[in-house]
Amino acid sequence: MSEPTRAEVCAVAIAEAFRGDGEILVSPIGNLPQIGAKLARLSFAPDILMTDGVAFLVADVQPLGAQTPGLVEGYMPYRAVFDTVWSGRRHVMMGATQIDRFGNQNISCIGDFAKPKAQLLGMRGAPGNTINHTTSYWIPNHSKQVFVPRVDVVSGVGYDRAAALGTTASRFHEIRRVVSNLAVFDFETPDHSMRLRSVHPGTSVDEVVAQTGFPLVVPATVPATRAPSDEELALLRERIDPKGLRDREVRS
Amino acid sequence: MDKRTTTAEIVAELRDGMTLGIGGWGSRRKPMAIVREILRSPVRDLTVVTYGGPDVGLLCAAGKVRRVVYGFVSLDSIPLEPHFRRARQEGSIEAVELDEGMYQWGLYAAALRLPFLPTRAGLGSDVMKVLPWLRTVRSPYEDGEELLAVPALPVDVAIVHMNRADARGNAQFLGPDLYFDDVLLGAASRRFVSCERIVPTGELTREGSFLTLRIHRGMVDGVVETPHGAHFTECPPDYGRDEAFQTEYATAAREPEAWKSFEQRWLALDSEAEYQRAVAARAQEAKR
Repeated sequence: MSEPTRAEVCAVAIAEAFRGDGEILVSPIGNLPQIGAKLARLSFAPDILMTDGVAFLVADVQPLGAQTPGLVEGYMPYRAVFDTVWSGRRHVMMGATQIDRFGNQNISCIGDFAKPKAQLLGMRGAPGNTINHTTSYWIPNHSKQVFVPRVDVVSGVGYDRAAALGTTASRFHEIRRVVSNLAVFDFETPDHSMRLRSVHPGTSVDEVVAQTGFPLVVPATVPATRAPSDEELALLRERIDPKGLRDREVRS
Repeated sequence: MDKRTTTAEIVAELRDGMTLGIGGWGSRRKPMAIVREILRSPVRDLTVVTYGGPDVGLLCAAGKVRRVVYGFVSLDSIPLEPHFRRARQEGSIEAVELDEGMYQWGLYAAALRLPFLPTRAGLGSDVMKVLPWLRTVRSPYEDGEELLAVPALPVDVAIVHMNRADARGNAQFLGPDLYFDDVLLGAASRRFVSCERIVPTGELTREGSFLTLRIHRGMVDGVVETPHGAHFTECPPDYGRDEAFQTEYATAAREPEAWKSFEQRWLALDSEAEYQRAVAARAQEAKR
């Protein structure tokens, strides 16, 4: 196997976010999250439920971008997705145009809400997802424009906002992981502020800190993000993403 | 009762300032033939309630919209509707931006004649800041939990597009997802279905299982046959999304000059029949 690309390291880091999830619905939004979740499903998280992106749960793992239907094992139209969200038996990985140190996410708009400088996707499912079940984020373009001191609009609820609601309302809130093209983060700190968990090979703690617009919690020693195994590389290259879409999203 | 009608008769029910609910989801199974009829009408100042797609974009571009109630406005393969983006950034529409689940809950509350339904969705987010009229409610039981009270979202007129229907208004979806079309009809005072084909009642269960019959005639005031009427959104299994057309639409929407010529070619037509002829001719051209 040739050396893993940065995108392949990211795919494994994303897969790791789903480790131990068991028999719940995993909803990865975007190509790299799709790839990572498929990798988790084919290796250490075989029980997670995934849809074909339309309305069906599929029992097998199709290559990314495949036009062939998968092996249907269940029906999951949007109404059932919403019920699953509110039941809590789901882990979503979303994107974020902005994210702050407590994991507040913005996908709504930039600037004044009444007349925004830039309209983004809208709230979509972010408020309901984050208050009801486990959420992770994938950020392919780590920069100070994304990792900001304060987000313009809170779509996905962060730890400080959740804490302010009290323990009852926040008891289902969990932001498991943030994976960027540079590093992996979690919130395993006393005040649930963002912590640098590992840096991808080829980058450094200094680079990550310099590209982040708020003070990160940086442990005394920061490990390197784990490299894909040969088996994982084979799955990524031959089975999950033979067209190499991953390397177009994240350049090495 | 024979409830067959025309798109013109449906649109004649709309008054300025009314709340219009539109079925489908993003760029999927949208009642576009009726939307195009609205574009030809003088109606304006609409509040549009929908999981939005090009329906919202077209109505905004034509200056027919005062307010949009939505969880998103997307073309699916193009994440953000370009006309909607412009309308928002120009501040020309009022945005009631809800969490997708809150939106469903509002329609459902209206359908059940309840003033609100409680949920956790929205708590802690800025949904409550940008919509300061939203209120919370405390559980009257021992838990005492405080929840967001999503107000009912009643609509004056609802329009949805289905694959099949009979003349009395029993309607059928043959694609993978009904979305929330039944809930939307439940939330509406006047309820209209456009469909690919009106068939004898007995044919409905021949093409799909009873599970596809989620909209019965008691939920419908009028039905109109509009073949290819969801174009350019998808209406599977009858047809997929016309991605080439959608790309042309979205590209034109980014440039006022380009939009003018798109409008001239596709929207300044006198009837849906003319539109469909032009679309068919375009498809023929592409094949050559």
